[in-house]
Amino acid sequence: MTHDLVYNILSLGVPFSVALLLASLGEMFNQRAGVFNLGCEGIMCMGAFLGFLPAFFLKTGPLAPYGIVLGFAVAAAAGVAMGLLFALVTVTFRAEQGIAGIGLQMMGWGVAGTLFRHFVGGVTGVEGLASWPLPGLSRIPFLGGILFNHNPMVYIAFLMVPASWYLLFKTPWGLKVRAAGTEPRAADSMGINVNRVRYQALMLGGAMAGLGGAYLSLCQAKMFADDLVAGRGFIAVALVYFGRWSPLGVLGGALLFSLAQSLQLAIQVAGIKFPYEFAVMLPYVLVILVLSLARKARMRGPTHLGVPFNREMRY
Amino acid sequence: MAKAQPIHELQLTGITKRFPGILACNNVSMRVARGEVLALVGENGAGKSTLMNILAGLYQPDAGTIAINGEEVRFHTPNDAYARGIGMVHQNFMLVPNMTVTENVALGLKQHHRFMNLDLKATRARIVEVSEHHELPVNPDAYVWQLSVGEQQRVELIKTLCFGAQLLILDEPTSALTPQETDDLIDRLKRMTAELSIIFISHKLQEVKELSHRVAILRHGAVVFNGRTEDHTPAELAALMTGREVHLPRNEGLLVEGPAILEARDLKVRGDRGHFALDGLNLEVHAGEILGLAGVSGNGQRELAEALTGLRPVESGTVRFLHKDMTNKSPAAMIAAGLGYIPEDRHHEGIVPRFTVKENLVLKDFPTPRFSWSVVLKLGEIARNAESLKASFDIRCSSTSAAGGSLSGGNIQKVILARELAREPKALISVYPTRGVDMGAQEFIHSQLLARRRAGGGILLISEELEEIMNLSDRIAVIYKGRILKVLTSLEATREKLGLLMAGVAE
Repeated sequence: MTHDLVYNILSLGVPFSVALLLASLGEMFNQRAGVFNLGCEGIMCMGAFLGFLPAFFLKTGPLAPYGIVLGFAVAAAAGVAMGLLFALVTVTFRAEQGIAGIGLQMMGWGVAGTLFRHFVGGVTGVEGLASWPLPGLSRIPFLGGILFNHNPMVYIAFLMVPASWYLLFKTPWGLKVRAAGTEPRAADSMGINVNRVRYQALMLGGAMAGLGGAYLSLCQAKMFADDLVAGRGFIAVALVYFGRWSPLGVLGGALLFSLAQSLQLAIQVAGIKFPYEFAVMLPYVLVILVLSLARKARMRGPTHLGVPFNREMRY
Repeated sequence: MAKAQPIHELQLTGITKRFPGILACNNVSMRVARGEVLALVGENGAGKSTLMNILAGLYQPDAGTIAINGEEVRFHTPNDAYARGIGMVHQNFMLVPNMTVTENVALGLKQHHRFMNLDLKATRARIVEVSEHHELPVNPDAYVWQLSVGEQQRVELIKTLCFGAQLLILDEPTSALTPQETDDLIDRLKRMTAELSIIFISHKLQEVKELSHRVAILRHGAVVFNGRTEDHTPAELAALMTGREVHLPRNEGLLVEGPAILEARDLKVRGDRGHFALDGLNLEVHAGEILGLAGVSGNGQRELAEALTGLRPVESGTVRFLHKDMTNKSPAAMIAAGLGYIPEDRHHEGIVPRFTVKENLVLKDFPTPRFSWSVVLKLGEIARNAESLKASFDIRCSSTSAAGGSLSGGNIQKVILARELAREPKALISVYPTRGVDMGAQEFIHSQLLARRRAGGGILLISEELEEIMNLSDRIAVIYKGRILKVLTSLEATREKLGLLMAGVAE
């Protein structure tokens, strides 16, 4: 019985973490480059809707399997576009990043909802991405089902963790990103175009947030609704702090949050007498707790986070 | 980045640069030949750094040209300047603290980068090669935040040399170094002139004399002098710099044994890394004296100043001020009791950079009846106060409504000094009051401290400049590893004795 409960919580929690993981890794690149993008939520909303749209239109035709692939591509492209918009506002025009982020969040949420009512109308499901058990690995007892019996996006998202680490710490571009967020004047004095790096990071971050959103509508809920993203974009931003701007830390945060979420579901399903509201609160309380306890070691983070770069500013 | 052609001659002609409200460089021309060291001197805010930032491609000039070997060049970005062999070491180091030395250098070494693959091995090899060739020892794998200021300076030099610099621009390279590190740096630079040209900015005329072949003096953005260094004494150069004779004042008063007003007894205080930065320190400052605290920085000076002003908790021991136990009282209580403080970090602790000069001048007094009716500020009085302090302390700013942070270092220091001294403190703690400040401002600050002493104030003067300490102090205490090693009267103190004590040798 406990064995089954633990198995259920874990095997449900792992795919729950994907949307958070993708968006949060993207946000990590934004912040490492020195830009704080609170609009992550808005990008996820747009990604969720625009990813859903092709799958919805191609649902019944022979092209149905491509609908989902197309959906992810469109969502990523929309994320890039919104990242560009955010870069224009905060990097080029040096607008206050927190406020611009709230604006982007409202915009994404509003536009996605409006377009949804216009093109789709009511709640409709899509086929979604099917499970794709990894041959061999998925038959490992216990762990196989938890780790290797998911849809392909789960594997891709988890592969993004080492890929992000490599990109950030082992490539010239990663070096530039880290310098731009920590000591932009130093980067500039060495001939690095700080603003260009920030644009690139925001585009990458946007694409990943868009994919995260599309995962919600195409793989997790297999439908679209106005409140589908439900604050995950904000949680993703918080997870970057929680993970101390490292891919592994972000992974840990995403898993912790998603496991808390699946624990809450399991509690409900098992009919254990526990107030429903408290169960829903659990993951959010956890994030607040962890964030207030993990305040040390700021040294590793981007110290110029949130500060627009202006070479000729005199102080 | 291909290896730049040798720079036989660099010529600046008619360089002009304006910032809002300031003409930073006004039609400046100068030339540097291969193997030559040009010292660029001038008061704070004379336009030296701006001129060099133009040469390094960071700022664009509004007018004027740069020519290398007779060919006109335009630097739109620092890359362009590097490509022609011009490298700059900035006053505030341009290093990313949470990266290793190798990563910092790799940032600029683009020829070692393959797509998606950072060749840190090649960069590391290049660092080792340059470091051995120029005898600049450095650990390529250390994180920058782990290094001392002197080591960071070497990293900056190596970085610039790795990029193939033929002409080094050094902006106040010694301003943050200890005396030993300074001597060391000068030696290394002298050796490097065999292969390179150097332009260096400095306030310290002794260094200018020691290192440079030629000297150019800027005043208010214009060149007022350009000639051979060996033809002029430091005093002559100082006069040219300020436009008048400069005499650093000396404390010639008699040693008066006033009552002890500020006392530290068996003080134990932790530093930022958790160790005891002050380890049983005893010290007393008397009314009407300047007590100089000599020591190599990092021996507890900062922690002492912060413990006395209430900014840092005291673990054990007592702080007495005006015969009352004030241990672990809040900074507000210390200020109210009449303690003045000139902090080490003037940009972050001394002023609020985004506040105007007049606001900065009342930071400690705005709630008093003089500057406010209970909840409303008396803006007129605040402005009048600023105008009068601006005049009496010779604060040079376009207006007292300018942001404090936009002033030059020396003038920020005068703002702090004006605010603290106008309150007529019973005791004043003054930490590195003239660090990075030009001769003229230094003279002014010293004379103000001496005036406060004559008025009966007790001053704790913390400094690394032996010259400053010996000129001003009645008594000199030497701090070493969080304790006072010895206290000498000014008559007993010599450079040699102090130097030995600072190195921890007590007899």
